[in-house]
Amino acid sequence: MEHIELFFKSIFIDNMVFATFLGMCSYLAVSKKVATAVGLGAAVIFVLAVTVPLNWLLDQYILQEGALSWLGAEFAQYDLSFLSFIMFIATIATMVQLVEIIVEKFSPSLYNSLGIFLPLIAVNCAILGGSLFMQSREIPTLGLALTYGVGSGIGWFLAILAIAAIREKIRYSSVPPALRGLGITFIITGLMAIGFMSFGGMLTGGDEEAAPAPKVEAVIEKVKKSEKKQVKKDIAINTKTIK
Amino acid sequence: MGLLSKKDAVLLTDPLADNNPITIQVLGICSALAITAELKASIVMAISVLFVLGLGNVVISLMRNIIPSKIRIIVQLIVVATLVIIVDLVLKAYAYELSKTLSVFVGLIITNCIIMGRFEAFALANGPWRSFLDGIGNAVGYGAILIAVGFFRELLGSGTLLGYKVLGDSIEKTGLYAIGYEDNGFMLLSPMALIVVGIIIWIQRSRNATLIEEN
Repeated sequence: MEHIELFFKSIFIDNMVFATFLGMCSYLAVSKKVATAVGLGAAVIFVLAVTVPLNWLLDQYILQEGALSWLGAEFAQYDLSFLSFIMFIATIATMVQLVEIIVEKFSPSLYNSLGIFLPLIAVNCAILGGSLFMQSREIPTLGLALTYGVGSGIGWFLAILAIAAIREKIRYSSVPPALRGLGITFIITGLMAIGFMSFGGMLTGGDEEAAPAPKVEAVIEKVKKSEKKQVKKDIAINTKTIK
Repeated sequence: MGLLSKKDAVLLTDPLADNNPITIQVLGICSALAITAELKASIVMAISVLFVLGLGNVVISLMRNIIPSKIRIIVQLIVVATLVIIVDLVLKAYAYELSKTLSVFVGLIITNCIIMGRFEAFALANGPWRSFLDGIGNAVGYGAILIAVGFFRELLGSGTLLGYKVLGDSIEKTGLYAIGYEDNGFMLLSPMALIVVGIIIWIQRSRNATLIEEN
């Protein structure tokens, strides 16, 4: 059940493109034709499905605080989490190289049509973002990490497929000259994102999504109140000493 | 500026308008959109990118003759990742609240295309001083858009700038709120960032017709 929930959540509610704006660069650059968009989308699903679980293992057994305890008791207090950026990006760059070799071997036509963008997956924010969100949301098991990777990949695939189809159609309509190309793509993406926001209540009925925001504010207010109290105390002490 | 020759000055000024990394080169969009709900976060992000891009360009430019071209992407990534770790640790040490707001987006500076783009397109072929200027110019061009988007979203969305209530108090009905003005909470949601950038692009291209692309 939690697999299905996480799967749909990462496709629709936390959609990579529409909710967190990850991978926008290639999303905008490669979405002129549906065929290339499908190729890139498939590559992103594959790379995410491989790198997120891999980075989960790295995070769990090497990087986290106390993760090295399997090496022996003297390593138990090591905290290498500051290295996670470098570790994650190195894993991703290696995997992308691997995908490139595989695609070149088995599907030269896809390789040619993806052109420069395949190596650029390494610097696609969606890939690194997937790993970083996996780390910051503390996904508990390897299986869930895999589900999360595949789900986010499919979400990204859906987004680029949709915008590519719209851009193919929009070629026949008369857009104001200054908006042509990039401008109209931005605005359409914005409108699509508004549409995707309505998925927010899909799993929770909207309650859980609405709840966290006030909490944060409450915490800030509490801090401010305690600060005010402190200031009042300070003033009180000052006046006492003056008296 | 006696320090800069005309050719060098172009490197600084060009990315500010006619070759802006966000609106023309379409680089570094992700972070530009995600963290611009507040002006403060935009400014911090702009400064972080300025640091990483300026310094990274110099480092790559100094190493350009010894990097084997086959593994240059990995070398570039390691350089950026190191610089970003520095930024991340500094933010965590001196501005912890803010680093919580920026969350993973500090880490995502690594994959900000603007940085790899400038490394590939400029630093690998030019000397350190020119690369430094190019890095600063592009980072400022990027920051300018970021700050503009952050300014409008915070002003229209919550009626504040850097947390100061410039339009009056919405609860006590002072300032603009006294005559019935309401905050547009929609500006704080992520889709509006896209639309604001879209409008900036629209304005820029209406002013300069040479930038208009075909469909």
